Amino acid sequence: MSVFLVLEESKGRISRASWEALAAALKLAPAHDVTAVVIGAQTEALAAEAATKGVGKVMRVEHPLLEKYTADGFLLALEQMVRKKEPQCVVFPHSYQVRDYAPALACRFGQVLIGDVIEIETGPIFTRQLMQGRLTGQYKSTGSGPCFVSVQAGAFRAEIDGSAAGATAQVTTFTPKIDAEQIRTKPGEPFRGAAQTVDLGSAQRIVSVGRGIKEAENLPLVRELAEALGAELAASRPICDNGWLPMERQVGSSGHTVAPKLYLAVGISGAIQHLVGMKGSQCIVAINKDPDAPIFEVADYGIVGDLFEMVPALTEAVKAAR
Amino acid sequence: MKIAVAIKQVPERDAFVRIAPNAKGIEEHELQWAMNEPDAYALEEALQFKEKNGGEVVVVSAGPERVGSTIREALAKGADRAIHVVCDDLAGRDALNVAKLLAAAIKPENPDLILTGLQSEDVGLGQTGVIVAELLGLPHATLILHVEKTDAGLKVKRELEEGWFQEIELPLPAVLTMQSGGNKLRYATLMGIKKAKTKELRTVNAAEPDGAPPVLVLERVTLPQKQKSTQMLGGSAKEAAAALVEKLKTEARVL
Repeated sequence: MSVFLVLEESKGRISRASWEALAAALKLAPAHDVTAVVIGAQTEALAAEAATKGVGKVMRVEHPLLEKYTADGFLLALEQMVRKKEPQCVVFPHSYQVRDYAPALACRFGQVLIGDVIEIETGPIFTRQLMQGRLTGQYKSTGSGPCFVSVQAGAFRAEIDGSAAGATAQVTTFTPKIDAEQIRTKPGEPFRGAAQTVDLGSAQRIVSVGRGIKEAENLPLVRELAEALGAELAASRPICDNGWLPMERQVGSSGHTVAPKLYLAVGISGAIQHLVGMKGSQCIVAINKDPDAPIFEVADYGIVGDLFEMVPALTEAVKAAR
Repeated sequence: MKIAVAIKQVPERDAFVRIAPNAKGIEEHELQWAMNEPDAYALEEALQFKEKNGGEVVVVSAGPERVGSTIREALAKGADRAIHVVCDDLAGRDALNVAKLLAAAIKPENPDLILTGLQSEDVGLGQTGVIVAELLGLPHATLILHVEKTDAGLKVKRELEEGWFQEIELPLPAVLTMQSGGNKLRYATLMGIKKAKTKELRTVNAAEPDGAPPVLVLERVTLPQKQKSTQMLGGSAKEAAAALVEKLKTEARVL
């Protein structure tokens, strides 16, 4: 099977998630059948980086109008490339950017993007999560066109040793036809949210709170536990959406990625958007009333129970032990 | 401005979800249903946009008869009218097919703006809005937190990864998929609930899946595989707390 892997840039380098997507692509085809695709206005450096990673070929999809990401620009470029080169499968990292254009790209070929895949088995059978991670679904592509797959961050292990092949892959360039007026959106420069006053990334211990806390008035309960543990207080998205804690304390795909020694999740069910931000923690504790909550799948220690009883008891026990 | 909002009815967040006997989906019998939360944010943005700029909000939803209750909720919150695309086999259709149903219902309305949530809480493909834009030939932007009217069209605030944002300008008509948290969800008032009963709710029958079989098939639903072996600590709250502190100190050594 010929597989094209669309790499994504992050701060001038190829993103880590892209190499995880390569690991997924290698489940579909041997390395020499995988073509790494870099896309942009100037892709020479990215192509050179990709060429050393053991892929069969590297293709630069290059055009001045691809300098900034736009869905229209990327769609035109990749559509032309896929029509010309006819890969059997196109693999992407499941990034925000890919989510913005890949569904439309698949649609142009009468296909549906198999998005956010966590496992690929022979068939190929693609596994993805359902019901916020409570269930998993095994999917099969039955279309006649190319198959489009995006890969969840952290689901496949990236092999970034750089010496995989020893040889450098051949690099070719594809120049799409794009007119300026075909790009309908005008993207601005990325900017940061409000000034950061907390550094969750370097916290040794984090107590994180989710929907289970029910009301903002109940937050002191977890704050006391965090203080007793000498931990930073963090939250899942809904808590920050409600304005109960500032956005800078949000852990998950849209917030911070953390890996403290201790991550204690209180009343967090563990939707995948949250898990990707914390599952690298050394020790994970989950307190939740629902024994089937997905958070328990990544937890080292779990307590099924009412957090309004559990958290004060734990605060007491921590204080007593210190 | 006419704004169409595509909403989906999904199992309620805390509902106990079981795998259907044929393992091709979930057991719907006795399940509680609710409006997909990102779609609720899309509806809220549409209502606030209308309050500021005037216009009409039309809600569109596909699904079986039970979807009517979620549509009524949207009308009670302030949507002006609704279209229910009656479709008993929604779960068996792939994202492309569902987007075709919605696009077909939305197209004759000629809306200036189409909003929907960035993803559903059940299947979570996060593609419907983008495919609808593609099918209707409209520009789109995803993961949007704020929408502002400009002379040329719209200026929107898009969420990027790891705490970054970006502004995007785009012409109308356009499709936006809304991220949660950009606004505050309203509750339906008693007056709103009363009024909703008199608002127009048009039902249209879903087209057959145009002869073409689905291109993406859900073969089997299973329970997730555990990524770690979790030690569950039982007993009273006090006992569990003591056991946990002990484990954290001596076993995990993180205290």
